[in-house]
Amino acid sequence: MMRAASHTWWMIMRQTRNLMREPIWIALLLIQPMVWLVLYGQLFKNVTKLGGFGTTSYVTFLAPAIVVMNSFFGATWSGMAMVSDLDRKFVERFLATPASRLSLVLSQIVRSALQAALQALVILVVALALGVRVHTGVAGWAVIVLVGMLVNAAFAGVSQGLALLTRREATMITLANFIGLPLLFLSSTLLATSQMPHWMRVAARLNPVNWGVEAARAVVLPNTDWGSVGLNLVYLLILCVVTAAFATWTFRSYQRSL
Amino acid sequence: MEAIVVEGLEKRYGSVVALDGVSFEVKEGEVFGLLGPNGAGKSTTVRVLVTLTKPDSGNASVQGHSVLSDPAAVRQAIGYVPQDSGVDRYGTGRENLMLQGRVQGLGRRDLRARVDELLELVGIADAADRVVQGYSGGMKRRLDIALGLIHRPRVLFLDEPTTGLDPEARVAMWAEVTRLAEREALTILLTTHYLEEADTLADRLAIVSQGKVVVEGTPSALKAALSGDAVHVELADGRVDDARAALAQIDAPVETVLDDGKVLVSRVLDGGRALPGILSALGAAGIGVSSVAVHRPSLDDVYLHYTGRAFEAEHRGAAVQPMRGRGR
Repeated sequence: MMRAASHTWWMIMRQTRNLMREPIWIALLLIQPMVWLVLYGQLFKNVTKLGGFGTTSYVTFLAPAIVVMNSFFGATWSGMAMVSDLDRKFVERFLATPASRLSLVLSQIVRSALQAALQALVILVVALALGVRVHTGVAGWAVIVLVGMLVNAAFAGVSQGLALLTRREATMITLANFIGLPLLFLSSTLLATSQMPHWMRVAARLNPVNWGVEAARAVVLPNTDWGSVGLNLVYLLILCVVTAAFATWTFRSYQRSL
Repeated sequence: MEAIVVEGLEKRYGSVVALDGVSFEVKEGEVFGLLGPNGAGKSTTVRVLVTLTKPDSGNASVQGHSVLSDPAAVRQAIGYVPQDSGVDRYGTGRENLMLQGRVQGLGRRDLRARVDELLELVGIADAADRVVQGYSGGMKRRLDIALGLIHRPRVLFLDEPTTGLDPEARVAMWAEVTRLAEREALTILLTTHYLEEADTLADRLAIVSQGKVVVEGTPSALKAALSGDAVHVELADGRVDDARAALAQIDAPVETVLDDGKVLVSRVLDGGRALPGILSALGAAGIGVSSVAVHRPSLDDVYLHYTGRAFEAEHRGAAVQPMRGRGR
């Protein structure tokens, strides 16, 4: 276990260092979430008049959901790094060493989640500047960052698994697009649940993106129901374990195919 | 003592037979070459030995550890320099080496010293802190080898170490491998499809063809086993049977026919002396000759002799062609 943990750490260090060498990547990583927040915030500004949003400030309603959306989108692409490592035979080189097998998959998921945490903080700071106040304070900030990481890790596990099964960039891109927008619109990210048709409300309840949005939004708005926040966090945690197990299983099937 | 023992390895990928009962042994401290064309099964053999691939049947052991029952011990004992390097192109040479050392379990201080030592040893110390993407092919290959050596393994696997290098870098790499083998007291198993490479580097070699070891021995013994020279006669009119009969009469029997019957190969004691006789015998039988070449025994001939195919042609994967003017 210690070995898996330390190897995961070294693999994360490697990925992070490589990304740090890409100034454009860093810039976009920070700017992208702000664009979502400002763009959607302006576009749907008057939508709160419809009612059911729990606040009259649309940007307050939106900010926690943007954290989740951004984490989710980031996660659907995380498998691309695995495809590239497989392609370049980076993974194979380590399979002929005592490197922990688990670390080769886990490092990708954890790296992706850490990236999401960083972006969550950026979004929260920008939101603060736009006048968003997190009702539950510091605890609320921590919950939002945690939600961002869990949503990301849960979908990163799926993305890593698909990367290991398909090993093709084109397939990965198609899949990311296929699940991305539908899961976004089947959640209360942009609109209050009460504005959705009945069947969408039912579907949203089964949507992990929505679990994240509900939990993150609950700590921002007044009258926080901590029980429901906790339940959504547990759901997300369970999903993380399941998808990480899926990714590990696909890694074994990749090894068998060699 | 045997550093590597390979016993009856078999491996199929779907309907393709990659290994069809490969067996050989490598002694400690030896440089052993697996020579053969692309697709012969060399890389698959290495991949089994470095625990990347599981064979369908057979077994193999490295430093006494079975690749099937104790792969973890094998991974600690070996260094592997894959054909596709697998180096992180967006990291520096030093970062790649540090990561490799970490997962091999080296401690920080020891690792730093070892990285510096290896960077010097393979001659890329000046480029150590540059991103690998900017390295030349030769520099990348040197880094690959350093990565394989980081944990001071006793056995090193080099899969096609010079493929893709220009001739100059290739010769430099040969000197490097020889030097490292001595300095690090290594047992080396290398695969190659370059005859000269096997001839230069290997103490012993096995020729692999279609998933089997066809013959095994020292390069000089393999060459010596072919007594005499090979005479290649290119026929102008393709009358193979007549030519065969004519040559049999003058004690220069045809050993192999190449290039769809256009080229005959005869083995004679002394090619230079036999040539006039061969030409007059063919002339007397009215058989037209378009070219003749005498080959001193080389690994080309060894390959040809044991596989019945010209090495170069098979390597290109094209129709079998004569090896004109390649005598040595």
